[in-house]
Amino acid sequence: MIATGYSTLFRLVLPETIVAATALILLTVDLLLMRGSRTSVRFAIGALISSIGCTGSILLMLIKPQQANIFDGTLVIGPQTQLIQIALLALTILVILISIESTFTEHVGEYLALILFAVTSMMLLVSSQNILLIFLSLELLSLSLYILAAFNKRSVQSAEASLKYFIFGATSAAFILFGFSFIYGLTGSINLLHIADAIKGPSLDPLLAAAIVMTVIGFGFKVAAVPFHFWAPDVYEGAPSGSAALIASSAKVAGIVIFYQVMVIGFSGVEGSGVWRNYIPGWVPVIACIAVLSMVLGNLVAISQTSVRRLLAYSAIAHVGYMLLALVSHTEQSFSALLYYALTYALTTVGAFGVVAAVEAKTGSDKLSDFSGLSRRAPVLSFCMLIFMLSLAGIPPLAGFFGKFYLFTAALAAAPQTLGLLWLVILAIAMSAVSLYYYLQVLKRIYIADPPANAGPIQVSIVSQIILCLIAFGVALLGCVPSILLGRL
Amino acid sequence: VEHLRFGILIMLAWTIYISFLGVLALILLPRASAQAARVIALSAALAGLAVTLTAFTQQKTGALVTVVRVPWIPSLGIEYHLAADGISLTLLLLTGIVAIAGIFFSWNIEHRAKEFFAFYLALIGGVYGVFLSFDLFLLFVFYEIAIIPKYFLIAIWGSTRREYAAMKLALYSFVGSAMVLIGLIAAFVLAGAKTLNLIDLAHFPFPVHFQMWAFPLVFVGFGILAGLWPFHTWAPTGHVAAPTAASMLLAGVVMKLGAYGCLRVAMVLFPRGLDAWGFHILGFGSWRDVFALLALIGIVYGAMVALVQKDFKFVVGYSSVSHMGFVLLGLMTLSQIGLSGAVLQMFSHGVLAGLLFAVVGRMVYDRTHTRDLDELEKMNLYKFIPFAAVTFIVASMASIGLPGFSGFVAELQVLIGTWRAFPLYAIVAGIGIVIGVAYTWRAMQKAFIGKAESNILHHSLPPISIPERIGAAILIGVSLAIGLYPQLILSRIIPALNSPLFDGLRKGSWQ
Repeated sequence: MIATGYSTLFRLVLPETIVAATALILLTVDLLLMRGSRTSVRFAIGALISSIGCTGSILLMLIKPQQANIFDGTLVIGPQTQLIQIALLALTILVILISIESTFTEHVGEYLALILFAVTSMMLLVSSQNILLIFLSLELLSLSLYILAAFNKRSVQSAEASLKYFIFGATSAAFILFGFSFIYGLTGSINLLHIADAIKGPSLDPLLAAAIVMTVIGFGFKVAAVPFHFWAPDVYEGAPSGSAALIASSAKVAGIVIFYQVMVIGFSGVEGSGVWRNYIPGWVPVIACIAVLSMVLGNLVAISQTSVRRLLAYSAIAHVGYMLLALVSHTEQSFSALLYYALTYALTTVGAFGVVAAVEAKTGSDKLSDFSGLSRRAPVLSFCMLIFMLSLAGIPPLAGFFGKFYLFTAALAAAPQTLGLLWLVILAIAMSAVSLYYYLQVLKRIYIADPPANAGPIQVSIVSQIILCLIAFGVALLGCVPSILLGRL
Repeated sequence: VEHLRFGILIMLAWTIYISFLGVLALILLPRASAQAARVIALSAALAGLAVTLTAFTQQKTGALVTVVRVPWIPSLGIEYHLAADGISLTLLLLTGIVAIAGIFFSWNIEHRAKEFFAFYLALIGGVYGVFLSFDLFLLFVFYEIAIIPKYFLIAIWGSTRREYAAMKLALYSFVGSAMVLIGLIAAFVLAGAKTLNLIDLAHFPFPVHFQMWAFPLVFVGFGILAGLWPFHTWAPTGHVAAPTAASMLLAGVVMKLGAYGCLRVAMVLFPRGLDAWGFHILGFGSWRDVFALLALIGIVYGAMVALVQKDFKFVVGYSSVSHMGFVLLGLMTLSQIGLSGAVLQMFSHGVLAGLLFAVVGRMVYDRTHTRDLDELEKMNLYKFIPFAAVTFIVASMASIGLPGFSGFVAELQVLIGTWRAFPLYAIVAGIGIVIGVAYTWRAMQKAFIGKAESNILHHSLPPISIPERIGAAILIGVSLAIGLYPQLILSRIIPALNSPLFDGLRKGSWQ
């Protein structure tokens, strides 16, 4: 092992350090200087500080790209990792910007600082191949998210959502830890690559199988895949919109990326196969089952939702189902497809939550009926929502379509001659046809239903409008010119 | 001169851009002025027609011309590849004509006019795109772009059960395109995931067992939109619920997207899928037999259902299913005359169905506010709006095959092709035409002539307006021109059918 000094370590984690330091500065500024100011001013200043911090971190990574693997896989940084980190930071900036008009809390500094702590842990999470650090970052992330979900102290729903999230999350952490401890016991290593070397063998050790299943269950909870999804609808519905957007976007990206890396790097050699009529035991068939359940249940249950946030939650479950296809096929192309899909999905979701938040602020709830006639009350907002919903449904030329196309192509290309995963792809495409129905239900409310009789136009601040338009433009641009992101994945 | 000709053909790409620029202009239009929206829409459609018309006159041979070809997503070999051969040109021209006529017939739209024309132009842009795409990814993108505007056009501006019909149409189209997507992704991966270029893939030898399932999958996927029986049920409900211009576009060009996809993608990519299975089930020896029978059922069934409708618009809606059956039957003849007849029928039906929907939706329904044939029977409409009556008679006679109009040439070719391939089917299809005469006669009698003694209309109806007259004149003129001089279009279709693109098809059961 190469001896690595603390200066090197500091240089490598400088982006994370900047974000964490920003959180501390933000807390100080907010608590010392701005206690007496209005909430909106505090949100504005806080958002400005956190955006500057995140942007600084992004710029640092862009200007001085790093490549390193230190402490035996504890910190693995390369162009791809840094791209994911940049994307996570960018998504977080957007989440902060769409929530600056929130009025649910006076603890602005703490709220924004927790978001920054969450993104710090996400950045660490995606850059590690050490199961101990993975677990630690995952818990730091989860703890921040539990508090963020409960942040609306005036709302019973928010408390309930957070409690549910905490109980499920803590259980899943226990599962992951249990699984990891078995793995350490079996292999004597906490590095994913060494683990993979140690477990390679002709047959699957029952203890290893138990460890893998525990890990899958734990991560299944974190990414809200069926049957471990119960917390998602309540959290999406009850949490403050900014927290929900964070959980639905960047946290989802970080979760699915690390899920992929743990399974594909750590457990390579015991994949098995989910190919039709050529089934081999291993973790791939397990993931394939979870993917099928998520796609089917997520899409079918979403149809009957009347709350837009719950609808987005079930659609998120369905989208995780599609993303798990990448784990089933686990080729290099699958990973790039997964990243493209997860990032564009997260971008779209942030936008959708931004629209929901704006509507909620004016109408008081997120029921579908509150969206009636929105196109006549807030045309810009409605047009943005049109783009987001159609992208989620996978209508070209928006990003959601190319994401699906690329993901499904990658899944099939894993066994090009036999088209072994065709059954999964057919199911996924069929289910995305189902999904159009409920996305159109939202758009039907917005564009076709008449607005309530006494409803005036919905005033949305110019900042929110610009942010949402930028997100919508991004979704369209990434769909029309996927190469700008694809070339870097 | 050659430069100039090429320059004009390059302009074809602008049909797409002009339409979407029109959408953009309408979105950015500050005031909700219906007049301004109409003028923008009309100018965009006129510009589109001007481009297609010029290109059509310049390209006399029907050979394939590349309009633009640049890499789009290089890592997957996907290109932005627009090109046109005689078949594309014919359908582009059709799109231009129907688009213009549709705008004339929706001149009276006042409710949310800006949005109406924005969705309308987006639909047209998507349709132009499909007919011009020679990269399958691009084709699919445009194909799906066309789905969403249809939904909104029907759901916002429609009539009878509009939300149900709009959702049904959207889901049927989306399920169809999902089937197509499965076939395309599978073909893409099998061919090495290097290209989605139509011409390259057409020459790629896909394994026969793969073609045997991919062909019906993609054919049915596109066929749903072409009104293939028994997946046609979206068509009558959708057409009836849609506002006039949208039903003109639906019947006129959107159904052609389906038929075009069947020919251009399913049959060109997977020609071996039409070969004999080597065994017989219930008398069917190949997918060709199956789809020919489905097309035939569509012809007869559509005509018979049209015969008993109470709603005037349903008569035209079911007649569309019947006429589209001829297109699909023509495709299954696998002969030059049958295929060229099918393409000609696409053009002819596009023009005439558009006109029929205009008569029913705009001229009659917007004035009388009823489409119930029993109600209309009491009105003696021909006294009030003789122009509508004459137009309806001419259009429906032309579409069931009155010599001198485009429908005659098209159906004759299809029937000759069918006679060679499936003699019995040709006779049954002929019966379908006879039923066509019957339902036309019945609808005309009930809607326009009525009972002499009863006249419940005490006030006069608004006269047929100038835009309506222009729209009708354009459509009748085009049908008459093609009927009298079919070479105009056939001279472009036939060379295209003889091009290397259709080589695979000509090697199989070609007759």
